[in-house]
Amino acid sequence: MCAICGCENTADEKSRSAAAEPPPPDRNAAGSAHLSVDGHPEHNRHRHSHSHDDQELHVHSHGGDEAIDFGAGLAGIHLPGMSQERIIRLERDILSKNDAFARANRSRLEAAGIFALNLVSSPGSGKTSLLVRAITDLQPRFAIAVIEGDQQTSNDADRIRATGAPAIQINTGKGCHLDAHMVGHALDQLPLAARGVLFIENVGNLVCPAAFDLGEAHKVVVLSVTEGEDKPLKYPGMFAAADLMLLNKADLLPYIDFDMTACVEFARRVNPRIEILTISARTGDGLPAFYRWIEKHAGGAAPLAHAPA
Amino acid sequence: MHEMSIAESLVELIEEEGRSRGFSRVKQIRVKIGALSHVEPDALRFCFDAVSHGTIAGGAHLKLETVAGAGWCSGCGRTVSIAERYDICPECGQGHVRMTAGDELRLAELEVE
Repeated sequence: MCAICGCENTADEKSRSAAAEPPPPDRNAAGSAHLSVDGHPEHNRHRHSHSHDDQELHVHSHGGDEAIDFGAGLAGIHLPGMSQERIIRLERDILSKNDAFARANRSRLEAAGIFALNLVSSPGSGKTSLLVRAITDLQPRFAIAVIEGDQQTSNDADRIRATGAPAIQINTGKGCHLDAHMVGHALDQLPLAARGVLFIENVGNLVCPAAFDLGEAHKVVVLSVTEGEDKPLKYPGMFAAADLMLLNKADLLPYIDFDMTACVEFARRVNPRIEILTISARTGDGLPAFYRWIEKHAGGAAPLAHAPA
Repeated sequence: MHEMSIAESLVELIEEEGRSRGFSRVKQIRVKIGALSHVEPDALRFCFDAVSHGTIAGGAHLKLETVAGAGWCSGCGRTVSIAERYDICPECGQGHVRMTAGDELRLAELEVE
């Protein structure tokens, strides 16, 4: 038996010596050696392959980020034919699956030169109105497509399609956010023009979408001035994740008590590198600055060839 | 309630590990959650119980460990502990602190049979 990890390697002493391991200590020492990795630095580095009676040949490492520790159970050893609890050290990011889908989406979008923005906000901040206006204004310059996320209804996608831009509605059902897997499926169905702009309108929610990378180039948080200036402090996760904040419904500023200076200060406190633009999707004020921001960051995406200069 | 998606991802990860490493029952799961992460531990525990039922993780004890928030201060260059993402540096009182720990969400360890 391998006294280092407790696996049943009795018939295979040669392969073990090939891995240049030290002679096995007694069983008690082997058990404690794995519980206290620091005590046996030479075990932390070795990596070997061996066969188990009940499993296929495999390779595993000891120490480091990922370790299988067969010897750390109650008995401290692993005997052939006897099941034993074992500790598996993993240190795996729980959202690694979403992140892998997001990476795939990102490479796919970047390869096609598509500039993707993930729009996040509370419900009712005016994301869809902003998109309808922005698509109308930008369509002569960019090929635009939209992914709409809502729990129910295709109302938003219908509003987008009325502009002539292709849109896919994702209904998340009870889900409170879009994830990268859903967006990957939407990308399969959406007619995406190479070197265009993709807007992903996330589910209206200032909490959950912050944790889920979709593969976008930037998260853009839309905050309407009617929501109050302290939202960045109340929902710091979202404002920390965004690269741009659009302060929407600025046309209502004369009628409400909204402290713009404080709001900007709160947003920068949560995220010192966040860019901030004040807009009104209704009147169009401030939108040219948003369009310039898109053009500046779009990188691979390029204005349509026939676009007027 | 994104804790539901996170609980589902956690169970998926465990089932994947079970297939590749050949275990069929999990007794204990150790998860590290950053104090400044997007996850509410009680909500995660509630969701985990719901979604792990009938899987190899069903009935396992979910041990949640909090990782304290820490960050690097751009003002004084020190690494300091922080309780909020936007904390002002407790040492120099002026610099912005860039979070370096406290945003974790990791499956750290499984105790399996």
